[in-house]
Parts: sequence; structure tokens; C-alpha cells
Amino acid sequence: MIRQGFSLVALTTGLMVASGVWAESGYTMDDPNIAVSYEEDGRYFTEDDVPTFNVTDDGKVDWLTFSGFRRYHSECHVCHGPDGEGSTYAPALKKSALDMDYYDFLDVVTNGRQRVDAADNSVMPAFGTNLNVMCYLDDIYVYLKARGMEAVPRGRPGSKEAKSDAIREAENACMGT
Amino acid sequence: MKSLKYLTSVLAICSATGALANADLQSQIDNPAQWAIQTGDYENQRYSELAQINADNVGDMQVAWTFSTGVLRGHEGSPLVVGDVMYVHTPFPNTVYALDLTQEGKIIWKYEPKQDPNVIPVMCCDTVNRGVAYADGKIFLHQADTTVVALDANTGEALWSVKNGDPSKGETNTATVMPVKDKVIVGISGGEFGVRGSVTAYNMEDGSLAWRAYSMGPDSDILFDPDTTTHLGQPVGADSGTNTWEGDQWMIGGGTTWGWYSYDAEADLIYYGTGNPSTWNPAQRPGDNRWSMTIMARDPDDGMAKWVYQMTPHDEWDYDGINEMILTDQEIDGAIRPLLTHFDRNGLAYTLDRVTGELILAEKFDPAVNWTTGVDMDPNSETYGRPAVVAAYSTEQNGEDVNSTGICPAALGSKDQQPASYSPKTELFYVPTNHVCMDYEPFRVSYTAGQPYVGATLAMYPAPDSHGGMGNFIAWDNIAGEIKWSIPEQFSVWSGALATAGDVVFYGTLEGYLKAVSADTGEELYRFKTPSGIIGNVMTYEQAGKQYVAVLSGVGGWAGIGLAAGLTNPNDGLGAVGGYSALSDYTALGGQLTVFTLPD
Repeated sequence: MIRQGFSLVALTTGLMVASGVWAESGYTMDDPNIAVSYEEDGRYFTEDDVPTFNVTDDGKVDWLTFSGFRRYHSECHVCHGPDGEGSTYAPALKKSALDMDYYDFLDVVTNGRQRVDAADNSVMPAFGTNLNVMCYLDDIYVYLKARGMEAVPRGRPGSKEAKSDAIREAENACMGT
Repeated sequence: MKSLKYLTSVLAICSATGALANADLQSQIDNPAQWAIQTGDYENQRYSELAQINADNVGDMQVAWTFSTGVLRGHEGSPLVVGDVMYVHTPFPNTVYALDLTQEGKIIWKYEPKQDPNVIPVMCCDTVNRGVAYADGKIFLHQADTTVVALDANTGEALWSVKNGDPSKGETNTATVMPVKDKVIVGISGGEFGVRGSVTAYNMEDGSLAWRAYSMGPDSDILFDPDTTTHLGQPVGADSGTNTWEGDQWMIGGGTTWGWYSYDAEADLIYYGTGNPSTWNPAQRPGDNRWSMTIMARDPDDGMAKWVYQMTPHDEWDYDGINEMILTDQEIDGAIRPLLTHFDRNGLAYTLDRVTGELILAEKFDPAVNWTTGVDMDPNSETYGRPAVVAAYSTEQNGEDVNSTGICPAALGSKDQQPASYSPKTELFYVPTNHVCMDYEPFRVSYTAGQPYVGATLAMYPAPDSHGGMGNFIAWDNIAGEIKWSIPEQFSVWSGALATAGDVVFYGTLEGYLKAVSADTGEELYRFKTPSGIIGNVMTYEQAGKQYVAVLSGVGGWAGIGLAAGLTNPNDGLGAVGGYSALSDYTALGGQLTVFTLPD
């Protein structure tokens, strides 16, 4: 399992070096918060069991990254801008997903956060009751991480892994369909 | 000659029916030294008789004074000027300033409402506000949290306030209000949150509710008479607000009412448009979804609808119908007709008879528009008045989970709320437009009160095979249905235009330029770069015998979302060089009023 993960990392790292994005994010593909350690039923995880993205050398993304692209642009994009790039008033989440701890990220999405004072009128709402967000939290998170590393370019991912049965079952259970 | 005729007919209307409009406001509007209503006049023409600044001397214009609003969000709308006082509003927290124009803008009073900041993220697309209204010595502010408050224009003291909606359900406000007679007409936002849109009239004296008309629902909710309310000349029949919806879906049906309102005192009708049906996934709401995407003509006294016209039945692209209705009296085939001209998000410009609701013309005002081949204009046809949808660009026909590509215009429309102007001298409309296309993939979403209810993924990019920019500023002939001239712009033009008797048209750009162009040719006569991108509307007034032009800067709104980082362009390499640039390369957040005049 771990071995397979390493080979995946090596491949994607090679890709990243070629497109020269090291400097922009400040992270490398072998960062323990990014590197794939193992795969389980179509989901990818770091050695700390934190969800992460997987992009093959021919640009195929894992299902969650693709699904996160769609859910992000339905739920988050009207404030945070296309492709996690940020807007005139809301931060670029492609950076936040790398800079923030996974569990902090979940906390802010679930419970919201406010920064309101003389200079700021910045409010992140609580999405805790929104199934369209909560059932796809990991999807959105890994998509934004992939964007932060520029492992997927702006726009719609070109090709994707198939949706695994486990992911489909979990989605149906969460959405209540 | 035509302009003379126009003037006399307007005078006749005013004198004959002055008692019908709000008499105080109408008299303030009639004084061209003032800017007493956001839309310039009840007709929404945004035209001023002032001509001291004109096509010959506008090139000499200079900044007279500036004012910082203290807020760094998108600044839509414009100041008002009534007497010697200018009223300036801001985005959330919706501060209002009264400035003394005889003392270089000294602050007379400031009103800052206390609002729960939780309303901020419920506002789709930034915390914009399109300004205050004036009538009977009161300033009317419609806050983000849907509180409508009447302030004493002299002191800023709150006289009454009323809550129009519930932000915890996603009901918010971005629009101004329209004072008519003894009432204030008020809209609502929240189409992306499953809000059922409505228009409400409050009594100006005390803020008590006069009537409320929903956009969909039972006849008693939508204030339709099945026999006398007409759609394209035919009675709408019973239950027209529910029988094109499946089950109870109309209860979260959208059709919000956040645009501009106009009023014809002679016909005694108010006009406005309704927004998109919720959700953006058309497969989840089968049917025509009436009366979303509809031009409404209602009686201001009781709210009853006289006629309606649904422009985009069963929306598949988020083409809200809320843009302004501009009222003009113009000659068609030898007869002066009472017209209503509307530039819709869907890329079609409509000319209707505003008394009867007859559809006279519907033509594309951007050649890039491709989702439809046009509107069926044959009254005997079964599909009379309906746009013919091109299958390749139908997100309904392509289905859920399918990415429909190359649709023009994008969801922000060929034109959004940024209001156009009309000059009776040229009989042309001056229209700020977007030149942006999109990919659109709808998918299933579940509804939770107060949470986004969108259900589609969008990617937007400059119109392919064009000039590479994302906007145009055009002059439109509403009788011939033709573009007279078109100025390509690098970014969407998100600023309201102003036309004047000085043969000049003003507008702002997202980079922050205030531009003045010739009303006849579109030739650029003046430009000045203000501190931030302009999404506000240009206005003009006269003070102590001198004409001024003013505009709010402060980039944001829908434009600040998509354009801040630059739009994605899947057609890389097609030569659309300018369009790739991000707005953030040109401007940063701001909140400033810039006032221009001629040097002494």
C-alpha cells in the first residue's frame, strides 16, 4: 500500500517540477500534508489519514477532486471566485486549503467565521446544515488542495477516475436519496 | 423635431397627472439641477437636460472634489442631490451621509444602521446596495437585512422602519426602492437561496403594509385577475402562478425582484422584472416556472397585475429578467407609441407597448448570443412570444451532469443590472454590456432554508472569435432593433450610463475609468482613472450655476467575483489576448465618490 503511494508521488512530483509551481504555493508534493500514502475505495489519504488528491501523470484526477470541482463551483464560487482563486472580498481558498489544518478547515466550513470591524466586513457562513456542502466536504477540500498545488489547472478537469461504489453509497447515505 | 415632440408630450403628462405621481418627488425630478431618484426619472431614462458640460468642452473636465465612503466593498448605485444636499450611501453596513454642497461636501448627518453581520454571506455576490430614494422630505434606505427605514432628510433621524424579509431564509436586499404616490415600492433578493420573490408596497407615512405581490403562487398571492391580467394580449386564466410548477416547488420558486422599477403616471402602472427560478438545475423544476423571468405591469394602488410577459420560460441559464424597463414615447409607423424597452440578461432587447403589453420587437443586442435563434413574433403561432432554444446550448435537453459548452451569454447576461440610458435627442439607448460566454453543468441539489440552492457549475470566459474583451458599450436603436455603434471594452461594463443634453454619454469601467463619449458617434472625448473599479452609476447635478458629474468607485459585485482573478478560458490560443488579464492587475478595492466639473 505505502509503496504504491510512493510511486504515485514520484510521478506527480515529476509533473510538478516540470510545470514549475514550487514557488507559488510554497509547498512541495512530498509534503506530508499532500503526498498520497494510500488509497481506499477510490479515496486518497496522507500518512496522517487526511484526504488528499491524486493526479496521474497523464492528468487524470481522482473522483473526489472532480466532484469537488463541481461542488465548489455550485456552493463556494459566488463568494470565493472561480477555481479557488478568490474574489474582490473573499480569500483564495486554494491557498487556505494548503495553509489550514484539515480539521480547522472542516470547522470553519461547518461553523462559519466572522471578521467584522472598522476595516473588515468578512463573514463565512456556517454550512453545517447544508447537505450540498457537508456531504462533499472532502471533495471540495481535496479539489482546493489540488488547485493550490496547481496539480489541476484552472477550469474543468479533463479526465477523471470512475466513481467507486463505496463513494456512491456514502453519497446516497449522506444526501438521504 | 422628434425631441421637441417628446418634450411637449412629457410636459403634458406631468401637468395632467402630477397629482397621480408622488407630487413632491415629481417636482424634484423635473428640476434638472437635481438628481432626485436613482434612475434619473420615473421613466428610467437616466437623461439630464443639463448641457453646460457638452461634447465640445467635456475634454477639459477636472476633478472638483472627492469623498471616501469608508467602506471597501462593491459600490453600486449613485448619490442623490435634492436642494443643496447630496445623499451618499455605502455597501454593507449601508451607511448614509448627507453632504452640504454649499460647503464642499461637509457632512450634515450620518446614519449607520446596526445589522447582524450574518446577512453578509447570505447575499449572493457581494454586499452591494443600489442607493437611497427621496420623497416628501424623507430618505428611504433599504438595508441588506431587508429593513426599510425612512429617515428625516434634514436630520437623519429614523422616522419608521419595517422588516421586509427574513435573512435567515436567505432573504436579503441590494436594490433601491421607488416612491410612488403615497407608497414605497420594495423588492427582494435571494434567488440563489430558494426565496419566493415578491414586490411589496409600504405606506410612505408610517411604513405600514399596503400590499404584497409574489412572483409565483396562487392568484391571491400574485395579485393576478385570471380574466383581466393578460399575457401577450390573452387573459392568463386561473392558477397561472402554480400550474406550470410541479407540486409545491413554486414555494421556493425564486423570481426575486432586485432590479430597478419604473412608473408611468398616465397609464398608472409600475414596471419591473422577476429573476431566475430556483434552482439553476432546470431538470429539478419541470414546466415554464411562471412568473419567473417576467416583465410585470402592476397598479401601484393595489398591486394588481395588468399585463405580464415571460421572456425566458423554464430558464436553463440563470438569465434573470430583473433589468430596468425604460419608458419612452416614440414614433412607429407615423404614430407616437408608449414604449417600454428592456435589455434582458438573456441577450435580447425587447420593445413593448407599455400600456397593452404588446410585443413589438425582440432582437439580440450582442451578436455573440447563441442560445436562441430568436423570438416567435407571429401572434397566431402556438409558440408566440417564446424564444426558440438551440438544442446544443440547452442545459435542460443536454441533461443533468452534462457540461454544456460555449453558451453565450454567460449567467451574468449580455447585460446585468447596470442601467442603460436614453437620449430623446438621438432616440438611442446607451447600453453597458457583458461580452462573456460560459460552460454550464447542472446537477441535483437539496434545499435547506437559508442555504445556497444553486445546483450548477459554471465556467465563464470572453466571447470567442471576437475582440477578446469581456464587454461592449453600445448605442441601440429600439425601433430598428439595431446596434448603431459599439465600443469594445476589456472588461464587462458594469456601470450605469448617463446621457445629457450636452450630447455626451458617460459611463464607468471596471478598471476605474470614467469615460465620456459622443452621443452620436461613440467617439471617446474624455477619460479619468478613479481610485478603484467603477460599478456605480454616473449622475449629474448643478450647484450654484455649475454642472457637476459624479460617480462612485469601488470594485466588487458579481463582476468582482469572476473577474478579480481573471476568467478561465478553455479556448486557449484562439487569440483573445486581452481577455486573459485579471482585473486585479488594474485596480484594488476602494470606496470613493469622485465629482467632476469644468475649470473656471
